[in-house]
Amino acid sequence: MSQADLTMGGHSTTFAGQPPFSVSTKKMAMWLFIIADTATFAACLVAYGFLRNATPNWPKPFHSITNVALMTFILVTSSLTMLLGIRAARAGNKPGALRWTFITAALGIAFALLHIREWLALIGEGMTMFHNPWGTGLFGAAFFSITGLHLTHVTAGVIALIVVGIRYQGGRYKADDLEVLGLYWHFVDMVWMFVVPMVYLLNLTH
Amino acid sequence: MTTAEDHKSGGIGSGLVVYLCILALAAIQFVIAYQNIDGSQMFVRMLIVALVEAGLALLFFMHLWSEKRAFMWSAGIITVFVLLVMQFGWTDSFRISGGVPWAK
Repeated sequence: MSQADLTMGGHSTTFAGQPPFSVSTKKMAMWLFIIADTATFAACLVAYGFLRNATPNWPKPFHSITNVALMTFILVTSSLTMLLGIRAARAGNKPGALRWTFITAALGIAFALLHIREWLALIGEGMTMFHNPWGTGLFGAAFFSITGLHLTHVTAGVIALIVVGIRYQGGRYKADDLEVLGLYWHFVDMVWMFVVPMVYLLNLTH
Repeated sequence: MTTAEDHKSGGIGSGLVVYLCILALAAIQFVIAYQNIDGSQMFVRMLIVALVEAGLALLFFMHLWSEKRAFMWSAGIITVFVLLVMQFGWTDSFRISGGVPWAK
């Protein structure tokens, strides 16, 4: 019996044997991170909703949905490619897993570039964190904070995809590690499903 | 080779179906944005669609459906509770925008 088992009074099934809920430690850590990050994004979106509801001259600067529709399509598609990558890894198809993982990373980069292009266009129209030509200055702060937080997550995800992909190819990481990263990537996609209607579509000029 | 998890979650076929469903739901959100309806109604409709999208992604893309039910319920209840607690301030935002109706 190990020292840990002795300390826990011999209850090795919980602490030294099978993990809680039969979920691996890495996966459990990622789920806990996702729950915490859900609270972070929810707090941002609720604060944004509060401000929008309480501010009479809230700006509606978006004229076209083309860019945001394309970004949504790219991000949702990247979730599918991530799924294909994990499936290939589980099947032992290393080149396939690597190919789909890098396609996912490429889609993430495309999303980030479109996002930056949109930011630059808005900045070009005179929108900053505290000023804009359409109404309350709070809009810029809320918009850049929420979309910036999401873009940070996408950027971190792309870096993680490349690093994990390379290490998976080298044999240092396994299919399980790719699956844990997949959870994060799907979460980033899921957050976008709430950001689009709240931040973009409700601020559309008809 | 397919794993038990793949089999339980329906494999790539179901993944493709879920992907198409999420794309279709995203398209519905864009259609709602162009409807000539009240802002609050638009918000509620978009939120419902977003919740369905998120549910599909959670259950099938993130394989929550194939995890143990105890895990699914534990994570779900904690998250939903935290999200619900955050909603306490809405009445104050209406007070700021419309004043307190009972004070008149």
